[in-house]
Amino acid sequence: MSAVPLSLAVGFAATLFSLVPAVGVAWFLERSRSAVRGLVHTLVMMPLVLPPVVVGYLLLKIFSPRGAVGRALVALHCPVAFHWLGAVVAAAVVGFPLFVQAVALAMKAVDPRLEQASRTLGCPPVRTFFRITLPLAWPGILAGAAVSFARGLGEFGATIILAGRIPGETETIPLAIYGELDAPGGEGRIGGLVAASVVLCFVCVVLARTLDRRHQRRLELDR
Amino acid sequence: MKLEVAVSIRRASGFTLEMSERCDADALGVVGPSGSGKSTLLQVIAGLESGARVVVDGRDLSTLPPERREIGYVPQDAALFPHLSVRRNLLYSPRATSLDDVPSALGIESLLDRMPRNLSGGERRRVALGRAILSRPRLLLLDEPMSGLDEGRRRETMGLIRDLKRRTGLPMILVSHRADEVAELTNRLLRIEAGRVVGREGRDGA
Repeated sequence: MSAVPLSLAVGFAATLFSLVPAVGVAWFLERSRSAVRGLVHTLVMMPLVLPPVVVGYLLLKIFSPRGAVGRALVALHCPVAFHWLGAVVAAAVVGFPLFVQAVALAMKAVDPRLEQASRTLGCPPVRTFFRITLPLAWPGILAGAAVSFARGLGEFGATIILAGRIPGETETIPLAIYGELDAPGGEGRIGGLVAASVVLCFVCVVLARTLDRRHQRRLELDR
Repeated sequence: MKLEVAVSIRRASGFTLEMSERCDADALGVVGPSGSGKSTLLQVIAGLESGARVVVDGRDLSTLPPERREIGYVPQDAALFPHLSVRRNLLYSPRATSLDDVPSALGIESLLDRMPRNLSGGERRRVALGRAILSRPRLLLLDEPMSGLDEGRRRETMGLIRDLKRRTGLPMILVSHRADEVAELTNRLLRIEAGRVVGREGRDGA
C-alpha cells in the first residue's frame, strides 16, 4: 500500500480503536467525583507533552517481542512492533489526549441538570448516559475523532521507533517524506506527499469545526 | 403524606441548609427569598444532593438513588431534553407506558410533535409537569412553577396544579418566593430564610 492510503487506513483504525476508551475516560474525567481523577487526567495527557520518540520507546518496551506483552501478542498472531498495527498503536496513543480533551469538552457542555432530570424520571446513570449525555455530546465526539485522526496522520516519532519504516506496511506519509529526503529525485515525490498531507489535514480541521458548531447548535436548542 | 426531612448541608461557598422537620400535609408549600435554600431542599428530597435523611410515608429514601425514589421533580427551568420531541419527553420515563389523558389535561396535546426549542416558557413548564406525572411518582416536587409567567399564565398554571391535585390526589411540595401562590395551593407552609426554617403555618393532615 502506498503512503497516502496507508496513512488513511492507519488514521481510521487508530481513531476507531480510541473511540470507546476516549469516551469512557472523558466521561470519568467530567462526571466522576473519584479521588484519582487528577492522576488519570495527568496520565492521559502525558503523550501530548512527552517527546513522541520517548512515547515510541516506551511503547516499544511494552510491545517488543522480547517483553511479555509483545511475546503474548506474537503468539496470538497479532504482532505490534515493526508491524502495521504498531503504526496504528503509535497514532492512537499520540492522538488520544486530543481526543479525550475534545470529548470531555463536549460532555462538559451537556447541562448536568438534564442528566439529573433523567435520573429522577427513573433512569439509572448508565441508561442516562446512553439516552441523554451521548446523543447530546455526539457531534462533539465526532469533532474530537476528526482532530485525533488528523494528529494520527502526522505521527512520526513514535511510529518510526515502534513500527519502523517498512514501505507498504508502516511507511505513512511523514515517514515516506523522511525517506525521500535523501533519495535521488525525491523532491517531486515529496511535493505530492506534502500536498496530500495539507489537503487531508485541512479537511479534518474543517470537519471538526463544522461538527463542533453543530454540537453547539444542538445544545443551544433548549436555551 | 407524612414527611420527615433532616438536612445538614454546609458548602465551602458559605451556603448552609440546616433543618429537621416532620409534617403531615397533602400539599406542602415552601417559601423564602432567593438563595434561602428552597431549591436545594427539593434536590435533597429528590436525591440529587446528599447529606439528608428523607422519610416519606414511613419509607426511608435516604440511601436510595434518585431513579429509585419515585419522586417527580419539576425544576424551575423545566430541563426538557432538547433532542427529543414533546411526545418523547413525556414518555421518557421507563415507568411511562402511555400518554393517557395527561396531554389534554395540561393543554399540550397540540404540541406533541414539536421540539422543546419551539415552545414558550409556560408550555415548557406544562410539558415538564406532564413528564413528571407520567413517571408515576408517589410525590411531586415543583420548583417555582409560576415564576416568569405573566398573570394570565400564572392563574392558568395554578388552576392546572389545583386540578391535578384534585384528580390524582398526588402529594406535592411546592416551592415559591411568593407566599400568596403557595397558600392558595397548599395546606401547610414552611418559611425558610438563610437555610433555616423561620416559620410554620397551616394545619396538619389533608
